[in-house]
Amino acid sequence: MKILYFAWLREKAGIGEEDVSPPETVTTVAELVEWMKSRGGGFAEAFANEGMVRVAVNQEHVQTDHPVAAGDEIAFFPPITGG
Amino acid sequence: MIRVQAEDFDVGQELEKLSDGNHGVGGVCSFVGLVRDIAGDKTIEAMTLEHYPQMTEPALAKIEAEAHDRWPLEETLIIHRYGRLEPGDRIVLVAAASAHREAAFEACHFLIDWLKTQAPFWKLEETPDGGQWVDARSSDGRAAERWLTDKPQDKPQDKPKGKPNAAE
Repeated sequence: MKILYFAWLREKAGIGEEDVSPPETVTTVAELVEWMKSRGGGFAEAFANEGMVRVAVNQEHVQTDHPVAAGDEIAFFPPITGG
Repeated sequence: MIRVQAEDFDVGQELEKLSDGNHGVGGVCSFVGLVRDIAGDKTIEAMTLEHYPQMTEPALAKIEAEAHDRWPLEETLIIHRYGRLEPGDRIVLVAAASAHREAAFEACHFLIDWLKTQAPFWKLEETPDGGQWVDARSSDGRAAERWLTDKPQDKPQDKPKGKPNAAE
């Protein structure tokens, strides 16, 4: 699956996008976030305050119980501040 | 209509285009968002708007479609800029054209409120202390939530829709 990071999540993760292959036990956004954190370093830091992390799966805002699968585009970002 | 662009826009021209040739439009309401030079007690030297290109246009299209579902609108417009902007620069233009002013006012208000919580943009402010990502304001969330509970006016069912044609 393709992972995208925006704003300060991108800065903390130290990367704008990457392709990842998490274990098969990762089936939801919440499980993906846990797996991301387990990779340590900037990823652990990016997801340290989960309350500040929003997520979109295939360009749609979703909650953390939303399923994720191979081939999905999953974006992590802080609360939106446009307009 | 939706446009996501780095370059500036001409408000007068854009609003004129919105009702051009459509004499069913009785009013156009617009909102222009500008870069302020101060946020709280910080001086803002510039601001960089980051966005999620693959998602921005679909998200704006959804917001626009929602407005058309709720109000009898002839036309709507959302232009949002990205990139580096300086104080006084235009960031966003939203506008709604309708037969009557109430729908235009309400839809315009709705468009900007929803855009602020739904469209994937993030502001990085350049201050004398360095770059700072803008925190989402809880007041923006409340402003958007208002539209979840407020029942919009009923759409008149007998309203003639579409652009009047001089030949008809």
